[in-house]
Amino acid sequence: MKVLVAVKRVVDYNVKVRPRSDGSDVDINNVKMSINPFCEIAVEEAIRLKEAGVAEEVIAVSIGSVQVQEQIRTSLALGADRGIHIETQDSLEPLVIARLLNSIIDKEKPALVITGKQSIDGDNNQTGQMLAALAGMPQGTFASEITIDGDEISVVREVDGGLQTVKLSLPAVVTTDLRLNEPRYASLPNIMKAKKKPLDVFTPEELGIELSNHIHLIHVEPPPERQAGIKVEDVDELVDKLKNEVKVI
Amino acid sequence: MATLVIAEHDNQELKPATLNTVEAAKALNSEINLLVAGKNCGNVANTASNIENVSKVYLADSEAYEHQLAENVSLLIHDLALQHDAVLAPATVNNKNTLPRVAAMLGVSQISDVISIETDGVFKRPIYAGNVIATVKTSDPKWIITVRTTAFDACAAVGGSAAIEEVDIVHDAKISSFMKEEVAVSDRPELTAAGIVISGGRGMQNGDNFKLLEGIADKLGAAMGASRAAVDAGFVPNDMQVGQTGKIVAPDLYIAVGISGAIQHLAGMKDSKVIVAINKDEDAPIFQVADYGLVADLFEALPEFESKI
Ligand SMILES: Cc1cc2nc3c(=O)[nH]c(=O)nc-3n(C[C@H](O)[C@H](O)[C@H](O)COP(=O)(O)OP(=O)(O)OC[C@H]3O[C@@H](n4cnc5c(N)ncnc54)[C@H](O)[C@@H]3O)c2cc1C
Ligand SMILES: Nc1ncnc2c1ncn2[C@@H]1O[C@H](COP(=O)(O)O)[C@@H](O)[C@H]1O
Repeated sequence: MKVLVAVKRVVDYNVKVRPRSDGSDVDINNVKMSINPFCEIAVEEAIRLKEAGVAEEVIAVSIGSVQVQEQIRTSLALGADRGIHIETQDSLEPLVIARLLNSIIDKEKPALVITGKQSIDGDNNQTGQMLAALAGMPQGTFASEITIDGDEISVVREVDGGLQTVKLSLPAVVTTDLRLNEPRYASLPNIMKAKKKPLDVFTPEELGIELSNHIHLIHVEPPPERQAGIKVEDVDELVDKLKNEVKVI
Repeated sequence: MATLVIAEHDNQELKPATLNTVEAAKALNSEINLLVAGKNCGNVANTASNIENVSKVYLADSEAYEHQLAENVSLLIHDLALQHDAVLAPATVNNKNTLPRVAAMLGVSQISDVISIETDGVFKRPIYAGNVIATVKTSDPKWIITVRTTAFDACAAVGGSAAIEEVDIVHDAKISSFMKEEVAVSDRPELTAAGIVISGGRGMQNGDNFKLLEGIADKLGAAMGASRAAVDAGFVPNDMQVGQTGKIVAPDLYIAVGISGAIQHLAGMKDSKVIVAINKDEDAPIFQVADYGLVADLFEALPEFESKI
C-alpha cells in the first residue's frame, strides 16, 4: 500500500518567537526552521510501515514556498521514496491545506495518510481531521500506536481520560501524537541519496484548488507578562507564603 | 439565529468545561442551545437543562454516539449547525477530534482555542505555544470555534430551565468502531478543573517517586499533572501531560516539581494564579514564571512540605 505523509515547515521548537514591533505578524527573520515535530513522527511511522513490509511506497508532501523542499528532502533522507511540493507563497489556513492535500489523495489514492496532530506554530490541530472529512475517510487522531490488519487499521488514541482504541476501515487518516515513536536521525549517506529522489512540484491552479483564506490576521501581541516572583529560603517560608500571603492552601 | 454549544460529558456526568463554554457563548448575544450527544445520557441532558442562559438542550441518544466517534458525531453536529450561526465547543480531545470535520463539511474554517470573543467575528487566540496572542477576524458565514476553557469563568450551573428536545437523527458512518478504552480512575479532581495542581517532571526519576506528590495532592485536594518528559519516560500516563500539546490548566495554585520549564510546558500552566517551583537548579527557566521558587532537592523538600501543610 501507499502511504502519504504531510510535512510542514515551521519555526524550530527551541526558538521563542516574538511579535514584530508593528504587531503585524510574528518576526521569523533569520530564525531556525525545521520540520514540525509531529510531522517528523508521521514520517518515521510511515517508514517503519515500509520497513515492516506493510507499505510499498512513502510519499512526503509539503505545501508552501520553495523553501519547504528542505523539509521534503529531510523526509526523503529519513526514508520516504518521493516528494510532492505544492508551491504557494501564501500562508494558508488548515481548510485550504486540507483541500490541497485532498487533491493529492485523488491523484495518488494512498491507503493511509499520516499527518501531525498539530503544527507548533499555528497550534491549529485541524488539518488531518478536515482532510479526513473532505476525503470521506475515517480518522485516528492523536495516535500513540497503530496496527494494520488487512483493510483495517486499529489506532490507540491519547484521549483526555487515558487511551482509546478504535478500528477504522482503510483508506484512513492518522494524526500523530508524541508517543507514537521516536524519530531517527538521517545519516549522511541517506542525506546524499535523498538529493536524487524524485520531487514533483505542482501549483494550486494545476490541482484546481482556489486559495481563499477565511480567517484574517489583524495583529499579534505578546501575552501578558507574569510579574517576577521571589525565591523562598526554605520549606517553612514557602508554606507560610502559601498560607498567609496568597492564602491558597 | 442561535449558538450551538457542544456539551462535554462521559454519558453520566456533565463536565465543567461545558459551563465555561456557555459563558464564552454569551458574548455572541444570541440564543444558546446545547447538544448532548451520547448513549444513555438522559441524566446529562437533565443536568444541562438547569444551566443558566441555555434555551434548549438537544438530546441525541444513540449507540452511534456512545464513544464520541468523530465520523458519526460530526454528521450530527453538521446537521444541527445548519440551524445555528455558531458552534462553540470546549477545546477537549473530543471536540478537537470532531469539530474540524464539521467545519470542513460546512466549507468553513475553524478557529481553535479562542481566549477572547470580541465583536464582529473578531477573536483572540494563542499561537506559538502561547508566546504570541493573535487577533483574527473571520469572514465565514458560520463560525466553528473551540474555546480555551481556562480563559472563561464558569457560568451558573443552575437557575435555567431549558426545554429538552430529543433529536432522533442517527448517523452511523460505519467506517469506524470503538474497540476499548483504558481510562485512569482516580478520586482526585479532574486536572483541567482542579483548584490546585501538583506536577512532576523528569526530576522525579521514576513513577514510584510520584508517591511523594500523591501525599501532598491528597492533603490539598489537588489534581496531579506531569511534564512531557515524565510521560515519555513512562513514569505516569499520558492523560497527565500539561502543556502546549497536552492539557491546559489554570488553577489557583500550580506546583511544579522537578520540571525545568520548557516553553511547551509553560504554555499549559502559565495562566495559573500562583505558581510554585521546586527545582535543584537555581537557573531553571521555571523560576522565571514562579511566584515562589524553592531551590532544593525535591527528595528532601517534598516530605517536609507534606508534613507542614
Ligand atoms: C512538539 C513538542 C511538544 C511538546 N509538548 C510538551 C507538553 O505539552 N508538555 C511538556 O511538559 N513538554 C512538552 N514538550 C517537551 C518540552 O520541550 C520539554 O522537553 C519537557 O517539558 C521537559 O520536561 P521536564 O521539565 O520534566 O524535564 P527536564 O527539562 O529534563 O527537567 C528536569 C528538571 O528537574 C530538575 N531536577 C532533577 N533532579 C532534581 C531533584 N532531585 N530535585 C529537584 N529538581 C530536580 C532539573 O534541575 C531540571 O530542571 C514538547 C516538545 C515538543 C518538541
Ligand atoms: N503547509 C503544510 N504542508 C504540509 N502539511 C501540512 C501543512 N500544514 C499543516 N500540515 C499537516 O497538518 C498537520 C496539522 O496541522 P495544523 O492543523 O495546522 O495544526 C501538520 O502536522 C501537517 O502534517
